[in-house]
Amino acid sequence: MTLTPTRQPHDPALHWERVCALNDILPGLGVCALVGGEQVAVFHVAGQLFAVGNRDPFTGVGVISRGLTGSYTRAGETRLKVASPLLRHAFDLESGEYVGDPAVKLPTYPVRVQGGEVWIGSAV
Amino acid sequence: MTPPHPIPPPQVVIIGNGMVGHRLVEQLRAQADATQLGLTVICEESRLAYDRVHLSSHFDDPRPELALATEQGYAGSGVRVVYGRAHGVDVEARTVGVGDTTLRYDALVFATGSVPFVPPVPGNGAAGCFVYRTLDDLDRLREAARGASSGVVIGGGLLGLEAAGALRKLGLQTHVVEFAPHLMPAQLDPEGGATLRRTVEGMGIGVHTATATRQITADDQGRVTGLEFADGTGLQADVVVFSAGIRPRDDLARAAGLTVGERGGIGIDDTGRTSDPHVYAVGECALHEGRVYGLVAPGYQMARVVAANVLRELGVRAGEPVHFQGADLSTRLKLLGVEVGSFGDARGTTPECRTVSLSDNVRGTYSKLVLSADGTRVLGGLLVGDTARYADLLDLNLSGAALSVPPETLIVPPLPGAASSNTDALICSCENVREGALCAAIGGGARDVAGLKTCTGAGTGCGGCVPSLHGLLQSELRRLGEAVTNYLCEHFAHSRRELFDLVRVRGYRTWDEVLASHGAGHGCEICKPAVASILASLHHDYVLSPEHAPLQDTNDAFLANIQKNGTYSVVPRIPGGEVTPEGLIAIGEVARTFGLYCKITGGQRIDLLGAHVGDLPAIWERLIAAGFESGHAYGKSLRTVKSCVGSAWCRYGVQDSTSLAVRLELRYRGLRSPHKLKSGVSGCARECAEARGKDFGLIATETGWNVYVGGNGGVTPRHAVLLDEGLSEGEVIRVLDRFLMFYIRTADRLERTSTWLEGLEGGLDYLRSVILDDSLGLCTDLDAAMATHVGTYQDEWAAALEDPRTPERFRTFINSPERDDGIQWVDERGQIRPAVTHGLIPLPMAGGDD
Repeated sequence: MTLTPTRQPHDPALHWERVCALNDILPGLGVCALVGGEQVAVFHVAGQLFAVGNRDPFTGVGVISRGLTGSYTRAGETRLKVASPLLRHAFDLESGEYVGDPAVKLPTYPVRVQGGEVWIGSAV
Repeated sequence: MTPPHPIPPPQVVIIGNGMVGHRLVEQLRAQADATQLGLTVICEESRLAYDRVHLSSHFDDPRPELALATEQGYAGSGVRVVYGRAHGVDVEARTVGVGDTTLRYDALVFATGSVPFVPPVPGNGAAGCFVYRTLDDLDRLREAARGASSGVVIGGGLLGLEAAGALRKLGLQTHVVEFAPHLMPAQLDPEGGATLRRTVEGMGIGVHTATATRQITADDQGRVTGLEFADGTGLQADVVVFSAGIRPRDDLARAAGLTVGERGGIGIDDTGRTSDPHVYAVGECALHEGRVYGLVAPGYQMARVVAANVLRELGVRAGEPVHFQGADLSTRLKLLGVEVGSFGDARGTTPECRTVSLSDNVRGTYSKLVLSADGTRVLGGLLVGDTARYADLLDLNLSGAALSVPPETLIVPPLPGAASSNTDALICSCENVREGALCAAIGGGARDVAGLKTCTGAGTGCGGCVPSLHGLLQSELRRLGEAVTNYLCEHFAHSRRELFDLVRVRGYRTWDEVLASHGAGHGCEICKPAVASILASLHHDYVLSPEHAPLQDTNDAFLANIQKNGTYSVVPRIPGGEVTPEGLIAIGEVARTFGLYCKITGGQRIDLLGAHVGDLPAIWERLIAAGFESGHAYGKSLRTVKSCVGSAWCRYGVQDSTSLAVRLELRYRGLRSPHKLKSGVSGCARECAEARGKDFGLIATETGWNVYVGGNGGVTPRHAVLLDEGLSEGEVIRVLDRFLMFYIRTADRLERTSTWLEGLEGGLDYLRSVILDDSLGLCTDLDAAMATHVGTYQDEWAAALEDPRTPERFRTFINSPERDDGIQWVDERGQIRPAVTHGLIPLPMAGGDD
């Protein structure tokens, strides 16, 4: 399996924080990390890593990392998503947008893998 | 004192182990075990009973298992099997010979079935001539078809057409030859036969009606080369299959001096007894009121009657004699992909009857109603090509009700755009949306549930009506003549039921296999849990293993029920609601240690709410140590079997409802299903356990248990309906095993038993025929599936703790021991409840019903 980080690599302006080993995230699932006091949901889906905000904007509850991942079709393109476990609103994993209305959005974070470790970037 | 000499139980011998013979074994064993009744079966074929109705599927790939009985199964219930052909029945001495053995009987049952009739055509013994009756026949036919290119079936009835389908499947150029002027002469009239003929010919099968075969020709090695007809024409053929009707196998009975019919068949009275008081006959070898039944359902009815009467005669069971009162010969079949149905006086033999018919050569359909002389009652009917209205018409026929509409409207296909019905039911009570408005929206272009939500607002409140929206959309689109899909979601072009069958037949064990073979994209929150549930129902693998874990909804993933603030509730199993003081104390201590809110649920259990995800493994550890296991309050699975105290304590109780509830809950615990399942057991008609508000419920009577199914207390509350009555505990379990498995295999995603039953074609009667009379020959399979479930059950909480990697997944933060500071509590009546820290944005609910 090839693993492609979606956020591009080393941006010196960012503060990078190691959160876990890549092996700590089962393919298809997510985990939650505390990065700079924020809850960040990190997913390993279809050979890629994604990091989005963990708080469900519809309920205010930190559960996004426990959502089911999958794909949907937008304008003929297959894109990856996660559905919140509370009321099942789905969010685009790459853009963080709520699939039903792009105005509602999860924050997204740069993520990279180095030596089998997962790193999240945040602007400090 | 010498020990008392054991008295041997009465002996029953059954000659023949076909579908009906096997059913009789089952019926007898359900009511009497080996200490009460000796049971010997004489089996002529080298294998035990198998499903002859689905004989042709023996040519399918993969080849399905048709066996109905196993050596181990028979041995386990004390049924002795003697292989060989019975000979020499002595009704005076009450013995029957088989091989060198002589068996003594107290009651003897002929279940010898029938043999195919081979017309006395010269040359019918040539190599390459076959009958279509047993698995051995089919194996020989398949062998012969290897080197052949053409085949002819003599006989254009039900079995003949099935044999033609089989030859076609074996790759032969196929012809059917029928002596009568049209196909299926026993069921169809000339016009119906002509419609069927067009469709059969359209499949590339040659049809030759009103054709008599003069001889079968052979080459000098005695191998079939073809047929010569009476008119001088002929057909080439490498293989010939005779399917020209059946003859009852009554030779042995005849030789024993029993009364047989003029045209064959062992004569029986209404109790199934022959002319000898100790001898009975069932199935296709029996002649009842001048009639031999060539269908399995009447045979099953006879088996039921004879089992009851034999047990009564032998003093094993009390009760009144049971009578066989003839059988309904209505049939509805799919032959070669063509739907054919006939019921009542389909051929219009009632004096002065009238008919209305519609022949549609464009759609390839033919429908006919036979009416009473005044045209107000349906006496019978025929449907070829489209049997969608079969159940309604049969109902009109059986009820004898006067028609309230002109009869021709009953067979005309619905007009596109016509109003769907005269009712305008309230579908969404949150948004006050009625059926009419939804149909208008569909007429206006809405093509999915999301579109209906947008147009009408229905389904955007509590979401409970979403399944109804789904059903309405399907039926309305079908009525409008549009292609209807029941696809699971955008990733699978299959319904849950289709996927279930694919997974079962192809033997998939993982999501990756299913997605690669039948899906697209990466799945979603709809199809992943559905496939997870199917895999769990079939294989009982541990749901949190790495290949299954990513498919689970949060409740299944964390084996607890998620609540509005992201914490979970934990519900230990308390079977039947029965709990010891020590158990109560242990639960209380767990709640106190972890600061949980406690509430007794509506299903007689204790809900422990407010558990942080990271605390779940420690909570289970304590509960498991106190003897508790997972109550499956999270999954689409069995929740609870509620009970009253029953006859053990209650002055009105007539049966021990608590014991039965405990037994049922332990039997079905962990059973994954399309929707959650609840049950209740009431010890008397006062119904304190509210059994009729459940998916399956039992109410005790003085004579046994009444079984109700299809009830619920959900969004659309419904009372369960009576499925069977006066059953013993063993019979209850058997009926419920089959009911549950049949539901699990055929229901749609998130479809409750109530809506499933409502949508089942043929309704409750059909359900009864499948699980009580085994009309589809599925019961052995359903029984075995439940036996596997019961045998492989494991507590998921305990399993989660055993693997050290699984509890790791429950950490709140992967990189920090902190707790989620977003979870805040306030006090209410001395316990915690979630604090409202955010004003919730009132938006439509996107999901279904938990």
